[in-house]
This record gives sequence, structure tokens and C-alpha cells, in this order.
Amino acid sequence: MFDLERWQEIFDTIRKNKLRTFLTGLSVASGIFILVILLGFGQGMRNGIEHEFKEDASTSVWVWPGVTSKEYKGLNPGRRIQLVNENFDNASSMFKSDIEYGSSRIFVRGISVNYGKEALIYGVQGVAADFQFIENASMIEGRFINYQDEVAAGKVAIIGNKIKKDVFHEVDSPIGEFIDISGIPFKVIGVFKEMEEREEERIYIPITTAQKAFNGGNRVNNMSFALPPVENFDQAVAQAINFKNGVKEYIQQVHTISPEDNSALEVWSAMEEAKRYYGLTNNIKLFFWFVGICTIIAGVVGVSNIMMIVVKERTREIGIRKALGAKPWSIIGMILHEAIFVTAISGFSGLIFSMALLELVGPNIEVDYVLNPSVNFNVAFSTVIVLIIAGTLAGFVPAYRAAKVKVIESLRDE
Amino acid sequence: MIEIKDLHKSYKMGSNSLHVLKGINFKVEEGELVAIMGSSGSGKSTLLNILGMLDGADSGEYNLDGVPIKNLSETKAAQYRNKFLGFIFQSFNLINYKSALENVALPLYYQKVPRKERQEKAMKYLERVGLKPWASHLPSELSGGQKQRVAIARAMAAEPKVLLADEPTGALDSTTSYEVMDLIQKINDEGNTILVVTHEEDIAHMCKRIVHLKDGVIVEDKKIEQVRAEQYV
Repeated sequence: MFDLERWQEIFDTIRKNKLRTFLTGLSVASGIFILVILLGFGQGMRNGIEHEFKEDASTSVWVWPGVTSKEYKGLNPGRRIQLVNENFDNASSMFKSDIEYGSSRIFVRGISVNYGKEALIYGVQGVAADFQFIENASMIEGRFINYQDEVAAGKVAIIGNKIKKDVFHEVDSPIGEFIDISGIPFKVIGVFKEMEEREEERIYIPITTAQKAFNGGNRVNNMSFALPPVENFDQAVAQAINFKNGVKEYIQQVHTISPEDNSALEVWSAMEEAKRYYGLTNNIKLFFWFVGICTIIAGVVGVSNIMMIVVKERTREIGIRKALGAKPWSIIGMILHEAIFVTAISGFSGLIFSMALLELVGPNIEVDYVLNPSVNFNVAFSTVIVLIIAGTLAGFVPAYRAAKVKVIESLRDE
Repeated sequence: MIEIKDLHKSYKMGSNSLHVLKGINFKVEEGELVAIMGSSGSGKSTLLNILGMLDGADSGEYNLDGVPIKNLSETKAAQYRNKFLGFIFQSFNLINYKSALENVALPLYYQKVPRKERQEKAMKYLERVGLKPWASHLPSELSGGQKQRVAIARAMAAEPKVLLADEPTGALDSTTSYEVMDLIQKINDEGNTILVVTHEEDIAHMCKRIVHLKDGVIVEDKKIEQVRAEQYV
């Protein structure tokens, strides 16, 4: 391999057989290129789906009460289930070690909202300080409701970015402005941003304030929780399902709901949902690998094909070299050396070219469910190595055969 | 230099076996210029291939410069060919993508001679066959006679003990043939042992000894008065 004379001989051959070398190189480079691009897009789809799920905390669990549909313990169907503060507090303390954030929520109804003389038609929701982390709302101005607001039932409001744009366009910042909810002034202390505009059309106020000021009593419309993040995905799913079942059981007990009654209570876990999509992306990834490997196999077949033609074309030359004293292994070495060199150079240029393309174009791709396609360098690198090894093996068989052919036979070849 | 005893060779053709060489006994001393003659199918090329270690014999002895040539592995045969033998073929057998100089230098590559020395040596032999100005030309840019002279230079470059020429003039017209024979005679004059396989009488008479083969046996082996090719050039 480090024989300088051999290198010179190889370079001579390559220089004088440019087309042949180019074609071999092209088939290798395009194989690698296609594989890397495919893998990149597989990853891109994964990223995209992950991104769609980042909207809410990926570990969030939501509890929505409904209307019973089954008779249970002497109670008629058609009962509306109403959650109360106590349910939330008990659930929170029962599963204290399992949950990271928790918030109950109330939809404030029968109110009018005004800013100055303008009547606003946005929904008002009472939530806890933790809700920010469950909903994954990012604050672009000011802050979210905090625990002091909650305890003191502060008259503060957080508005969505869309409301800011629609309503507060005449002031520099809506922070410090007052909005009037059914005659009570609320000070705007923060603006949040969401992925979906629909969710930006909300006004959040502390849940305590919502219950006290607007006749909410101790009623709660729904509850939401976020579980602590876990490294392992399967573990996270198991944790979410476990918690979900626990909460469900508890609510079913206190509200006397049949365990089979699905319409009376819905507990939704983002993790479980995500699992389905992850399963899907895994399959997509597998499929891309499959296609990629087929491409590589096609590349290897191409290389071995070309190697066979090259060897055939060089039969006479091999005969001459042998007549002049070339040993069989020196012939095999010469052919393989050239094959490895060409495969390596073109394999790596295919790699560099495709990675550069992903790097340049990847971040600019704006399609749903495809985000920043990229490829793991180590994976791509190993693929090139595999291709080189496969190409070598593919070249070895014809080279070995050529070296074994009797000189008089190879010289007879025209 | 070359000593052959009771050499047999047969080829299998399907179920039949074709007995080509039927017991050849033959000796060549150093510095001889021997023509091996015979009609086609007489076994002369087979004999040359066995002498050149390009093919193995079925039975018999073969000594080359005191070294018994028997049961050679491919590697060993390659080594011996490189060290002992120079080949000149009817169809020249030059590598078409290499220049005249590189073709001549090729056997030296397999002798592991360093590149620079290789080129100097190759140039020296090219000069001897009168093709120094054509050193950088590809075989396709040379005439038949020039190609054969490059091939002769290549065979000489390895400084072999024996030169084996298989119909060296077979593809050339008579004037060029004489030029090539003139060159071969001059190389022989310097003391090199040369075997020439030919079926042309005039070429054979330019050697010093004629061995006649017929149906796999030597029917005649005589020393002759050499006709110098120079006078026809």
C-alpha cells in the first residue's frame, strides 16, 4: 500500500484511462450521494414530526370531563361531570412524585372584555402559574402568571401575540395597559407566543381570580399536567400511561363513573400520541435505510461490473505483465489498489458533496413534517467504508481470476 | 544454457488428447542463435511456450542455466521469467497506453529497479534499437517495425539469459523483417542466446542453427552458415 513505485504505476494507469476511472467513480459517488440524501430526509421527517409535537410539553397529560353515557352504581347516564379544585389538589398530592407541573383551568364565561372603548371577543381562561410550562407558551414580553398572582388572586392578564397585534397597535407595548373584564380592570403583564395563531387568541388570568371574581366557585373545567422528562422514550411513554391510568381511576372513583364509560372522562397523553408518530417515523427511517442499502448494493454491483469489464479489457495487458515477470499477487494488488483508490476518492467526494448540499439546503426547507434534514456523519462515513470494502471484494474476484489465467491464454485475447 | 530431455506435452480436446510434443531432446549453448522451424501444428510454439515457462510440460526434464525448471508455482515462474527470459512476440504485445519508454521500462519495474534508473536504462536500450527520438510515443504512433524494435528493447532491458522470439517477423513486410533480423543478429553478436521460432526459410537462414520440428519430434538439427541480414537492409 505504501509502495511509492506502485502508486506511480497506479497514477499512470488512472491518468491514461480517464473515462474508465470517471465512470467507476461516478457510480460510487452517486450511490453514496443518494444514500446520504435519503438518510438526511429520513432524519428531516423525524425532526419535523418532533417539532410538531413540541407545541405542548411532550410529556403533558390532559383531563377533560364530559357527560356520562353508562349507568353506574344506580346513577343514570347523562350526568355532566364537573371537576372541582379538590380533585386537582388531590390528584396533585396523590401523584406528587410523578408530576413536574400541574394546572387546572377554567373557561370564564358570561363576561365582556373591553380595552378602552373597544370590545374584545377573546376567550378568557383562568390558569395556574405552571400552565406556561404545560402549554409550552413562550413569553415574548413581560412574564406569565406567577405563584404570588395565584395566591393573591391578582388582577393581571397575559395576552396572546395575536391580540397584541390586533388590539394594541397604537401603543408601544401592551405591558402596563389595562383591560376591563366585566367592569374589573386587569393589568396586562405579559405577551405569549404559540405555534398556532388560534391559541394566541386567549387571555389568561390567575385561576384564583377567575373563580373569585367571576362566580366560579370551586369549579374547574379541565386539568393538565406535565411529567418530568425522561431520557428513554419507552420509559417516558410507560410513565405517561401509568400516570394517565392513575388519574383516570381517581376521577372515576370520586365522580362515580363507570370504568368503561369513555365519554364521561377523557384523559389524553401527548406521549402516547407521540409514540404513534415515532413508530411511523421509525418505519419511514427503516424504509429509507432499505432504499439506501439497495442503492449501495446497486453501487457495489456497478463497481464489480466495471471491475469485471476493466479486467476483461486488461486481460492482454495482464498477460504481457505476467510474461515480463509480474507475480500473480502483484497483478491482484495492482487492480485492487486502483479499485480501492478510485472507490475511496469518489466515495468521499460523494459524501462531501451530499453533506454539503444537506448543510446548505437543509435549513432552508420549509415543508410541514420535514425539518432540517441532516445526517449523522459517523453513519455516512461508515457507509463509505462499507462501500469501499464491498467494492474491493467485488473487484477481488475478477482480479484473482485474471491473475490465475495462463499467460498464453491471456496473450491470445484480442 | 538450455537442456531438454524427453519432453512430452499433450493437450486435452474434449475426450481426445492431442499429443503435440513427443519426446524432444535438445540442447542450446550460450551465444547460439537457433531457429526452430516447422509447419503450423508441428509443436514449435508449444515448445517455445514451455521454454518460456508460459506453459508446463507433461513429462521430461528442462534445465535453464543449470536450474531445473519443474513444478513451478506461478510466483516462481514469474520470478524466473523476469530473471532469465526476454520475450519477443509476433504481435509485439506492447501495452497500448504506455509510451515506448515506459514499455521498455516495465520489466525493470518488476525487477524492483528504482524509477529513475529504470528510465535511464530503458532509454539506453531504446537508443540501441535506434528509437530514442520516439521514446515518448505511444505504440499506436509507431510503425510495425518500430513496435517490434521497442519489443526487442523491452526484452533486452531485463538483461535476460535467453531471448525467445515467437515469429518476430510474422507481422512485418520483408524489408522490415530484415531490419529486425539485423537487430537480432547484432544482439547475438554480443553474446546473447536467442531462440527464434519461424516458418520462413530466409529468416531461419539468418540464424546459426536450424532445428526442424515435424509432428512433435525433431527431424533435423543442423548448424548453418549464417546469412547476414545487413546486406538486405
